[in-house]
Amino acid sequence: MTDAPFPLYPHRHLLGIKGLSPLDIETLLDRADAAVAISRQREKKTATLRGRTQINLFYEASTRTQSSFELAGKRLGADVMNMSVGSSSTKKGETLLDTAITLNAMRPDILVIRHSAAGAAALLAQKVSCSVVNAGDGAHEHPTQALLDALTIRRAKGRIGGLTVAICGDILHSRVARSNIVLLNALGARVRVVAPSTLLPTGIAQMGVEPFTRMDEGLKGADIVMTLRLQRERMAGSLVPSVREYFRLYGLDAEKLKFAKDDVLVMHPGPMNRGVEIASEIADGPQSLIQEQVEMGVAVRMAVMEALLDPRRNAEGGAA
Amino acid sequence: MSATVFNNARIVDPSRGLDENGTVIVADGKILAAGKGAANQGAPDNATIVDCGGHAVLPGLVDARVFIGEPGAEHRETIASASRAAAAGGVTSLVMMPDTAPIIDDVALVEFVLRTARETAIVNIFPSAAITKGFAGRELCEFGLLKEAGAVMLTEGRATIANALTMRRALTYARDLGITIAHETQDRDLGASGVMNEGLFASWLGLAGIPREAETIPLARDLMLTGLTGGRYHAAKISTAMSAAAIARARNEGAHVSAGVSINHLALNENDIGDYRTFFRLSPPLRAEEDRLAMVEALRNGVIDIIVSSHDPQDVDTKRLPFAEAESGAIGLETLLSAALRLHHNGDVPLMRLVECLSTTPARLFGLPGGTLKPGAPADLVLVDLDAPWLVREADIRSLSKNTCFEGARMQGRVLQTMVAGRKVFSA
Repeated sequence: MTDAPFPLYPHRHLLGIKGLSPLDIETLLDRADAAVAISRQREKKTATLRGRTQINLFYEASTRTQSSFELAGKRLGADVMNMSVGSSSTKKGETLLDTAITLNAMRPDILVIRHSAAGAAALLAQKVSCSVVNAGDGAHEHPTQALLDALTIRRAKGRIGGLTVAICGDILHSRVARSNIVLLNALGARVRVVAPSTLLPTGIAQMGVEPFTRMDEGLKGADIVMTLRLQRERMAGSLVPSVREYFRLYGLDAEKLKFAKDDVLVMHPGPMNRGVEIASEIADGPQSLIQEQVEMGVAVRMAVMEALLDPRRNAEGGAA
Repeated sequence: MSATVFNNARIVDPSRGLDENGTVIVADGKILAAGKGAANQGAPDNATIVDCGGHAVLPGLVDARVFIGEPGAEHRETIASASRAAAAGGVTSLVMMPDTAPIIDDVALVEFVLRTARETAIVNIFPSAAITKGFAGRELCEFGLLKEAGAVMLTEGRATIANALTMRRALTYARDLGITIAHETQDRDLGASGVMNEGLFASWLGLAGIPREAETIPLARDLMLTGLTGGRYHAAKISTAMSAAAIARARNEGAHVSAGVSINHLALNENDIGDYRTFFRLSPPLRAEEDRLAMVEALRNGVIDIIVSSHDPQDVDTKRLPFAEAESGAIGLETLLSAALRLHHNGDVPLMRLVECLSTTPARLFGLPGGTLKPGAPADLVLVDLDAPWLVREADIRSLSKNTCFEGARMQGRVLQTMVAGRKVFSA
């Protein structure tokens, strides 16, 4: 795959979907399609990133994303190190930048960062000499999630352009929603968001989406319904009155899903709160793409790291 | 004492509505004469003669909102280092905020500031004191004793008094003593989690927003209480058109209110935050361009009385962090005048009005000497080349902290010389 005929990825980092061209996105998805094949082989290890070092720096616990990045690196033959820093509290010790500078001195080729503060990945990228992949920064972006969602949709529906995608739930705090809104717009989908107004950011109507506050209206004619996780601390009283009210009005169940197209497919970035934003019958039902999303996650992360460490980029530096 | 004669100067003195070419004569630390006829008085013996080459002589700037790290955070800024930055920026008097460690809420601390200033500062430093002990919002400080000790203003610094009853009592009690209550307002709940102006830009950045109402709601409360009590109230740093309208209304109804705006809110907007640049995290937050334009208009039409630097030194420990974790604040003493002159050069605000808001009015509002070139006034003045271009570079900053919003900015208008009480404290 080192001689892949893919166009060169023109950026040093992947900090967000914003700033990527449709060609950049399509190319990453094409690469990921090829990576899916590797993961389905009996022998899953390649030598593409042999000798390269990948550090996963996770300030927020995330079993799913971290293991997906880890597996992706290992399948490409990279040496992978996980650093779970746990709390983002700066009071406890070293600041993000000091940690970054320390890690940089270990000469990694790629740093994957998850942090609770928006802009953390961009800040890190300014201070290190390797490529940085944003694995989620606050409520800002989670680009590999949007890419894996796009890959899942493209493989299931054969296209993205022209589809109607309804993103439901806590848009306000969701980096997944922001990255998806940018990506789906770039590839020509029609994007809707459905949520109570307390969970919609200011200016949402100017963010390239059509906002709805009722599921029946928002899901009408949708090809894809994505539901987002509602964090526990936001359930009780402050932004929505209660879990049962939220599930009644916004929880994705069979009854509400009927408003969408007959061949609608359902997605969730995980981890799910069953009975809060999604009913089990839907999550486990025939229309669910949730398992595929997890598989595509590994493939997309392989594609991203491969593209960032494309040997053609480093030809003059001799790093390859 | 020595004497200085500034010949061939463009004299801009809002206290007399004067903008004319002439001579400024300084002797014994005071203005002897300033105007086109002043040369007739003849130069005092042994006077230093300065040919201004047509450049402007203004009354020294009076900056009514300056945060300094002494006592408690001397690595960020000392009274001495702030005074050197002030002198370089043409600021001859400044009001120091009580946000220090410990908080200036006691006579002994006011005396400490004055003593340190006397021993180390090269410009006039006027202390302010807290409204409530420890900024806790409950017990009033000893307004009378603090005033006697030399506090020129009562302010809760960066904090907002949440309790309306406390504010009412503060205004009432301060009225008897003739002291102004200066207050920055941000509703502690409405603005609590926010780190920048609420709006589309914040939404894309994934940063929690602070709505404009978070500033104006407590301000509106304060203005009503000012009417109720007959106290004197200064809205220390406003940033929205709604706040300006509330002030105009209260003033029309006869309340003793005045208002300030920081130079940052006249020169910058939220877009300057760009890719999470923490030096642009301010309180109140930088707003949208329409808000900036509203502030310029309020300055021009007299609703806003004064411009402050809101100089707030922060170091790498508090700024080199993700945006939401960084402290707010930016330094500004050295760039205050030059940044304000942008409004003159682009025709937004006449020079006379700018100098009035930077010097004459703040001196008058807070009862400080200076702010005028009238004969007999202290010789606090600044000689400025209004047109000289220069580039703000970190290496040239005199403040101990380098968190300027103007790094790399092109300025037009530069201080050539600053004089405090007849003594040259800065020359380019």
